[in-house]
Amino acid sequence: MKKETAVKIILFAFFTVVCLLILIPFYAVTIASFKPGEDLIRYGLNLKFDLSVMNFDNFVYLFTGDHAYFTWFFNSVLLTLVQVTLTLLVSATVAYGFSAYEFRGKNFLFICVLLIMMVPFEILLLPLYTLTNNMGLMNSYSAIILPGIAGAATIFFFRQYLSGIPKEIIAAGRVDGASEYGIYLRLILPIMKPSFAAMAILNGMNSWNNFLWPFMVLSSEHKYTLPIGLKTLLTPYGNNYDLLIVGSFFSILPILALFLAFQKYFIDGMTAGAVKG
Amino acid sequence: MFKNFLYSQKVAPYVFVLPFVLVFLIFWVYPLLSSFGMSFQKVTLGQEAQWVGIDNYTKLMSDTIFFKAVRNSGVYMILTLLILIPFPMLFAVLINNKFMWGREFFKSSFFFPALTSVVVAGTIFRLMFGEMEGSLINSLLGLFGVEPVKFLKGQVTGFIALVALASWRWMGVNMLYFLSGLKNIPDDYYEAASIDGASAFQKFTRITMPLLKPTTIYVLTISIYAGLAMFIESMMLWNGNNSPKNIGLTIVGYLYRQGIEKNNLGYAAAVGIVLLLITMVINLTQLAFSGMFKKED
Repeated sequence: MKKETAVKIILFAFFTVVCLLILIPFYAVTIASFKPGEDLIRYGLNLKFDLSVMNFDNFVYLFTGDHAYFTWFFNSVLLTLVQVTLTLLVSATVAYGFSAYEFRGKNFLFICVLLIMMVPFEILLLPLYTLTNNMGLMNSYSAIILPGIAGAATIFFFRQYLSGIPKEIIAAGRVDGASEYGIYLRLILPIMKPSFAAMAILNGMNSWNNFLWPFMVLSSEHKYTLPIGLKTLLTPYGNNYDLLIVGSFFSILPILALFLAFQKYFIDGMTAGAVKG
Repeated sequence: MFKNFLYSQKVAPYVFVLPFVLVFLIFWVYPLLSSFGMSFQKVTLGQEAQWVGIDNYTKLMSDTIFFKAVRNSGVYMILTLLILIPFPMLFAVLINNKFMWGREFFKSSFFFPALTSVVVAGTIFRLMFGEMEGSLINSLLGLFGVEPVKFLKGQVTGFIALVALASWRWMGVNMLYFLSGLKNIPDDYYEAASIDGASAFQKFTRITMPLLKPTTIYVLTISIYAGLAMFIESMMLWNGNNSPKNIGLTIVGYLYRQGIEKNNLGYAAAVGIVLLLITMVINLTQLAFSGMFKKED
């Protein structure tokens, strides 16, 4: 018994230390959002909890000041909602095609799905940029949504999930006279609901934080998403630290709240690809 | 007539997978081919492209800045592999211990950093690794009597900041991968080993590590990819694509500089093709060595 208690204490102490190290940046950014920007410029980001310089000015400015922060915020919310809805519906449909049927070219096409996961998206930046330009989609959300609408990882996950559903359901649907599409819409989609939660969260998280491609596509300030807007507060000619730091802090809050509410789905979505079988 | 055709069991599967086929052709195959084609041309937006054969590639082979970028990306990849595979694996095994208190709390806290966008995380780390005496890392070093370090101005110290950022963001995620791998190892194995008198270390090396292999291969594959394609982290730490003496320049950063900033699209495309080759060669070699292509499992 004694040895077990010792192990418990050592493990607990060890993880507490590592955990503190991981949480320090969050603490630093939280207290910095209560300090004036000039304090940040002069002393950098630090752990000093100094009530004499701390106040709510940044928050007041965030909510009432003359800036586009909440435009970016709502753009992000809107884009994330649309992108996640479309990606999930399209990917689920594709995954059903792969899982329910035997057809010519199926294996080849599925290898293409896996291939997408192995080609660095970054090398496609320039041709996609010119393609988007030629299609007249520059500065539009379509250019951000369309390339990822049949998400390889999402298709892969849904297909895995569908492989656990008995094929008899489909056969029974046919016997009852439902069409191929009716079977999918009325019998399969409702069964897939639980798997939608995990993928909604994973796709939502990626979409909310997505930066590089939207950064290249979007050019007008009123269309920026949150990460791009925040990035533009950093310029070579001086940085708008008051807004940047409180804006950064505030941008973490919604996703943190979601995480605390739906932890299980975050973790299911994250680890979906790691375990085969 | 057409409706019957569309609704037949032969055609339906193609209707279902059609969106993928379209996305694949338009947004992957076409850009990939045009990237390949572009790498043999001199392309400037708004001007007629000019065929130059392998000129871009020969120029690339004598481009010292490109090699600096390749070296930076390679070193970054190796350092992140050295930290972000063994430590998360060890942490997962420890936290999975049945003696553990507060497991769920620790798991969540480790995961938090993955929720931040790279822009926010990069800004926080840039300020933490600031050169002032008062910024977080320097004030901690100050406690040990170390003079303030100008982290982002030196090659080694700059990389410390870069790797710290990567470790901070991905430690918890990789730990979760290993935890879900651990769930698939039956307890009986450990009980049998205990009866045979195996030590904790023997159990780890003889049971845990071999059975975690599929997870390890997965984490290794995505980490190689992420390490070689890193760009925004560096862009955030140095507030743009220019770091002193290119200490933070990566392959994608160089692709971006040549393609977008200098409008030298053909040359940038060649950089992209080289990156693709490097990623493919490393990952396929790694998968071959770890026996992924063998049929049995």
